[in-house]
Amino acid sequence: MALLSIRNLEVVFPLRTGTIPAIQDVSYDLEEGERIGIVGESGAGKSVSAFAILNLVSQPGYLSSGSIVFEGQEISNADDETMRRIRGNKISMIFQDPMMTLNPVLTISTQMEETLLAHTRMTREAARSIAIEKLRAVQIPSPEKRLEQYPHELSGGMRQRIVIAISLLTDPRIIIADEPTTALDVTIQAEILELLLALCNDYRMGLILITHDLGVVSQISQRILVMYAGRIIEQGNTREVIASPAHPYTRGLVGALPEMTRPGRRLNQIPGTMPSLQSIPTGCPFHDRCSHVTDLCRSHRPDLVSGSRRAVACHHPLTG
Amino acid sequence: MNSTPGQESESLVSVRNLYRYFNVSGGWLDQISISKGKMVRKVEMVKALNGINLEIEKGEALCLVGESGCGKTTVGRTVMGLLSPTRGSVHYRESRIDTLDRKGMLPFRRKMQMIFQNHHASLNPRKTVAKTLLEPIRFHQPELSLPEQRDKVASIMESVGVDAGWGARFPHEFSGGQRQRISIARALIVDPEFIVADEPISALDVSIQAQVLNLLMEAREERGLTYLFVTHDLSVVEHFGSRVAVMYLGRVCEVGQVGEVFSEPRHPYTQALLSAIPKVGGEKRRHVKLKGEVPTPIDLPSGCIFHSRCPHAREICSKEAPELVSAGEWTDVACHGVRENWF
Amino acid sequence: MSSDTLEISGSFRKRLLDSPVYYSFVRNPTAMASAAVLASFILSSALAPWLAPFDPWDQTQFDIMDSEIPPAGSDGADGRFLLGTDAMGRDMLSTILYGTGISIVIGVFATILQAAIGVTVGLAAGYFGGRLDSFLMRIADIQLSFTTLMVAIIILAVFQTTVGPRFHEDFAVMIIILVIGVAEWPQYARTVRACVLGEKKKEYVDAARVIGLGPTRILYRHILPNTFSPLLVISTVQVANAIITEAALSFLGLGMPVTKPSLGALIRNGFEFIFSGAWWITAFPAVVLVVLILSINLLGDWLRDVLNPRLYEK
Repeated sequence: MALLSIRNLEVVFPLRTGTIPAIQDVSYDLEEGERIGIVGESGAGKSVSAFAILNLVSQPGYLSSGSIVFEGQEISNADDETMRRIRGNKISMIFQDPMMTLNPVLTISTQMEETLLAHTRMTREAARSIAIEKLRAVQIPSPEKRLEQYPHELSGGMRQRIVIAISLLTDPRIIIADEPTTALDVTIQAEILELLLALCNDYRMGLILITHDLGVVSQISQRILVMYAGRIIEQGNTREVIASPAHPYTRGLVGALPEMTRPGRRLNQIPGTMPSLQSIPTGCPFHDRCSHVTDLCRSHRPDLVSGSRRAVACHHPLTG
Repeated sequence: MNSTPGQESESLVSVRNLYRYFNVSGGWLDQISISKGKMVRKVEMVKALNGINLEIEKGEALCLVGESGCGKTTVGRTVMGLLSPTRGSVHYRESRIDTLDRKGMLPFRRKMQMIFQNHHASLNPRKTVAKTLLEPIRFHQPELSLPEQRDKVASIMESVGVDAGWGARFPHEFSGGQRQRISIARALIVDPEFIVADEPISALDVSIQAQVLNLLMEAREERGLTYLFVTHDLSVVEHFGSRVAVMYLGRVCEVGQVGEVFSEPRHPYTQALLSAIPKVGGEKRRHVKLKGEVPTPIDLPSGCIFHSRCPHAREICSKEAPELVSAGEWTDVACHGVRENWF
Repeated sequence: MSSDTLEISGSFRKRLLDSPVYYSFVRNPTAMASAAVLASFILSSALAPWLAPFDPWDQTQFDIMDSEIPPAGSDGADGRFLLGTDAMGRDMLSTILYGTGISIVIGVFATILQAAIGVTVGLAAGYFGGRLDSFLMRIADIQLSFTTLMVAIIILAVFQTTVGPRFHEDFAVMIIILVIGVAEWPQYARTVRACVLGEKKKEYVDAARVIGLGPTRILYRHILPNTFSPLLVISTVQVANAIITEAALSFLGLGMPVTKPSLGALIRNGFEFIFSGAWWITAFPAVVLVVLILSINLLGDWLRDVLNPRLYEK
């Protein structure tokens, strides 16, 4: 039994030109302590497919169908009260911009204690000692001093550590991290990634990492989901998928990385851009950018066919 | 200064001993404070550039890398004359250009162009792309007839891969990659020799990054362009650059041929930076950890600006600032430790 | 490829029909209703010389014997005067039609004058910054610290006593426009300056500088067009405000003369008779004024929502 099991999730946005699906047919499992990475370009639906778990899809979007089972409980139709107990408690979030989580006019201690007191009955002293313990866990030097500071007094990397510490407060089972290091410099990114990895191992937490950076996924996630135009088009073990991508899009993404090509050579590029969600072509959503396209691809959309641990949505998957 | 192997060096752009400070203490009234019963005026300066020397040779792609706040963008903007240096000078071939007024700069404006990072903001949202592209030709080549100008716009649009039939569209009707192509077209349309590209691909999606990077490399081959390429992405540097200058807190700590710097980084900061790149697929590199955080550029550390975070720092590092000296065949490094072989 | 494939600008009609402004307008009943009301006011007052049964500015056309005739439907109504007459025997309907025109003209032109001064000052202050900015903005602050009413009362009182009432009648409209225009330009200056500060950081301005364009060209061709949305929004508020200010001034006896009354002057005119039972002399112009201001403000609210950059970008 998986910790989190998502089946046929669909989120739609009613827009002025009609209702468009932001994600369709998204299904995946997360085992306890497993780390998965969802990659894709902007608009591919990677954030929506993770936010939908917590019913945090931005207005006017909503979850139109599908099931989300967390610890054996169906939560896709849960009421606000149930969601509040899960959100920020058993499943926490880390955003790209730490200031999305941190309130600029409150000290770190107030914010951390409030979070704890909102979810559990305890004294302020107890809350404070847990806060200090979590700040230690994210390797913040002299946590007692940091608690009295305001977010603006801290550097970007330090703020992101605080946010991670806040997300750890309630000992969550799953952390959803949306581009947690995109706004940071490489040296700080490396530290934060190392920290996340260590924390997941230490606390046996599941991690859903949303990123556009294949390098980051490679370092953190055991399993990778590649999304394109609102659907999962390939998933599997991170190493295997990156070493031998089966979907032409995944291969294009990997091949487009500068480090995959000899310096000075033309990069392998995927022509065109991802279709906007209003104008997804019929058949395979990738067919008009694909070099292996056939008539079948133009007329029929391939389903995500799963092998043992590998799944790909392509009529003509690549081998080797 | 070292040059690319097997090529007679000829500097197209040179930056000499460049300093740039920004006043962050606000207006005149904000600077006055009372301390010990006396009125004092305190001026706080962010020291963004602290003695930068760069020679950019004709035909090369010099990459400026460093983390946010290291001053790499400031170098690009100062070279383009968007900022004036606090001290030091910028030269284009033999001419000093940082002291020229707007009219005096005009002949150089055709030769030097710039590509910006933010594709949302780099095109005027109220102008059609054809108007945006016509503006530089109308301004610099008013002698051309209207059909000639339109031909030029149409051909530049085709050459960057944007359908010329879309000229009457507004920037918001294009995707990010296409907007960046149009920005590149605007820079190329006056046939420049030298381009400052300020993070031109970092706001784009991965597959689009490859397209734009290819476009920039093609433009370089076809037009013999010289680039000053400002980026934080080291994998792009390795792929695109011929030389690289690593900046930290407004100083160049290592400059050299890309292959050599990447295979054998010498400056401790370069080592840390390279070890931090998340590698796709392959094994993890041993991550060289740095102590603490980047100091504020308002109060720079004494001596070597990196000493407060350097794992190899000794006493001399906090007293004397190291100069850039030749360290490898094609590399200059500013580090006492490298010069005296401590590590 | 040839130059014929290159289109430089698209058709205005297509742009308008595709724009989110149009889209939201045809789906917003409040906006459409306000626009319809406003348009009917503008149209009827512009066509007043043809629509109005009488010319209220021509003293020979009305008779004191017709004074204070109540509107149609009341006791003693007269079929010639749909909305009754005032104390001088003027037809209220005609007077209101003409008066609305005067109010709108004053509102629009005072706003144009405010915009002309404010935009120039705001552009210069925002783009050049430094001491010029501090200097211009301090002047704006000083200007704002005198309320419009205070400025108007001083200027108009001095003007009326020095040039005499005859002369005043002929130039009243222009003087009021001038007063309201001068008193409220800082609103524009501040908005434009804030916009310019935001816009000039954007990279398209740097790109224009890299091309070599001069500051005037950058300001007027690149930055100014990008400040239009907020300008349009505050313009609706300012027109409404100018009309109200004018009404207030007229009510205080400092605005339009009784012989060429605006809505405000009409309200004042009838105010004296409200206790003698002739409520219609005040009530009708007051209703027109309220509906006019309301329709402008509702339209302005809608415009602000549509043009809000955060909503607009999506």
